[in-house]
Amino acid sequence: MSFFSDVESELLQKHLSRRALLGGVAAGSVLVSPLGETVSSARAEDAPPEITVAHARQASIPIIVPDFGGGLGSQISNVIIADLSSTGLFQVMGGELSPNAEPDFQSLRQRGAHVSVSATVSEGESVRVEVRLWDVIAEQQLEGRAYTASQMNWRRVAHIIADELYKRLLGEEGYFDTRIAYIARSGPRRLQQTRLAIMDQDGANVHMLTSGSWLTLEPRFSPSGERIAFLSYANNRPRVYVYDLKTGQQSILGAFEGISFAPRFSPDGQQIILSVTTRDGGSNLYIIDLDTQRRRRVTSLPGVIDTSPCFSPDGQNIVFNSDRDGSPQLYIMPVSGGDAKRISYGAGHYGSPVWSPRGDEIAFTRLGQEGFSLGLMAPDGMGERTLTQGFTVESPSFSPNGRALAFCRQNAASSGGVGFTSSIEVIDVAGFNEHLIPTATGASDPAWSPLRR
Amino acid sequence: MKLKVLGALGMVCALAACSGAQNTDEIQNLQPVAKLVPGSQNDLIASAGDRVFFELDKNELSVSSRATLDQQATWLARYPKVNVLIAGNCDDRGTEEYNIALGQRRANAVREYLEAKGVSAQRIQTISYGKDRPTADGDTPEAWAQNRNAITSIR
Repeated sequence: MSFFSDVESELLQKHLSRRALLGGVAAGSVLVSPLGETVSSARAEDAPPEITVAHARQASIPIIVPDFGGGLGSQISNVIIADLSSTGLFQVMGGELSPNAEPDFQSLRQRGAHVSVSATVSEGESVRVEVRLWDVIAEQQLEGRAYTASQMNWRRVAHIIADELYKRLLGEEGYFDTRIAYIARSGPRRLQQTRLAIMDQDGANVHMLTSGSWLTLEPRFSPSGERIAFLSYANNRPRVYVYDLKTGQQSILGAFEGISFAPRFSPDGQQIILSVTTRDGGSNLYIIDLDTQRRRRVTSLPGVIDTSPCFSPDGQNIVFNSDRDGSPQLYIMPVSGGDAKRISYGAGHYGSPVWSPRGDEIAFTRLGQEGFSLGLMAPDGMGERTLTQGFTVESPSFSPNGRALAFCRQNAASSGGVGFTSSIEVIDVAGFNEHLIPTATGASDPAWSPLRR
Repeated sequence: MKLKVLGALGMVCALAACSGAQNTDEIQNLQPVAKLVPGSQNDLIASAGDRVFFELDKNELSVSSRATLDQQATWLARYPKVNVLIAGNCDDRGTEEYNIALGQRRANAVREYLEAKGVSAQRIQTISYGKDRPTADGDTPEAWAQNRNAITSIR
């Protein structure tokens, strides 16, 4: 209960508009304002980013982020450094703080830096962070902004600054001011306690949202980030529920005779597609309108398992998992109905497909003789490639900019259940920079939120 | 046979305890011998077996599975007031979501067989735990075979 109120108050107090952020207008308790330029330079809005993600992958961007100093200042710069480093796209170096003054560009160039950050942090009842981004090669200021927020919001301020640096240097939205919903796991392998949980994308600020009395799986964020659909076995009746993060209320979704599971929101947030088991041993896909609660059956082949549906970002198509041809494979069909087209043809079984927010690729799990692998393919099935492998790697979830995938990795248990681990990892869609998101308990079923607003 | 004798002895001693015998310690030493309660889960396990097993990604009932379910049907006919929950389970070589559907398919196969053998549909509930309730530890072919099952339990 206290957790619910914590989350609620947090969401109300930290409400922050990114549009307001860009416009330099006060929003909630975080104020963002442009800083004057200390030297003449091109206006930030006019200057196109010179480095793209593709280039950064070949050679990471050397950037100096100094210790911002003071208690909170150091903590803020540490979070920014961790955010940028976690992408694998930056080579972050420490440095001396040179507040309110033009850096010594020549010495920064000698260290190999291309860009450098300077900052001042002032602490009172609130914390104010003034950040400048310098182009070390061109010897000019690229960006200058001040962020003011209550002290309890210092982590979000750090993530927002890191997102701004990412966007300014790579030309696309970042994903640091985001959260990951997941299933926290504890206890023996045979009877794990599972709880719906939420944390910042870097593993901080963990909140448990359910008590763990019942098996709980498959959280999925709404496009607004305000709701989570998930599967709960409450009262031994496995059903999809929707959890409202603002109120802490959860409600059952639809009334079905069978198990309802595998929910996904539509891109406009108005509908949820899910899978419902049938008495003939299969499962059908349904779309439920959240306002009217009206439902529409999307697939209905007798005895066939259709599950793990996911909308395309334009809402026009779905990708899903089906054994209609004898084994679990991936299929695409129009939301309006029509023929399903099989897109997976490699050896083994496929499952848990999810459409990239960019629309150009589908992430999936594949099961071969050697175990699980995580891969990507185009929506027409072409260009399949493997990102990583393991005893179990499944449940991929894209970062909101489509650059990275969170997924669940589980290691095999030996006799006695010893050695079983379940954790959340993140990997770049190019298949590099795989790393663990630290969690205090076991973790599975990651669901990446949109950028917070 | 031995079980029955000990069980009867336990009952006598329990009666003795109720009547206020003084050698209480000795009496309690004999009490742990359990008598199979008719119509209980243990009775089901001893009389019929509570579970059947499946091949990888399959829900077909083998000859020995059908024999087990025949005995379950006979046992359920003997205890008409007993209702059961059939839980379908999978090994961990499938995705979480697909395995929920596959486990339900296995539970359905058992339900249909028991119904065909005369067990009333109203007495049977089904559920699937997918791969989240393994009964055997270890990720070996033997453990996987144990974990691909449908377990009948009294509710």
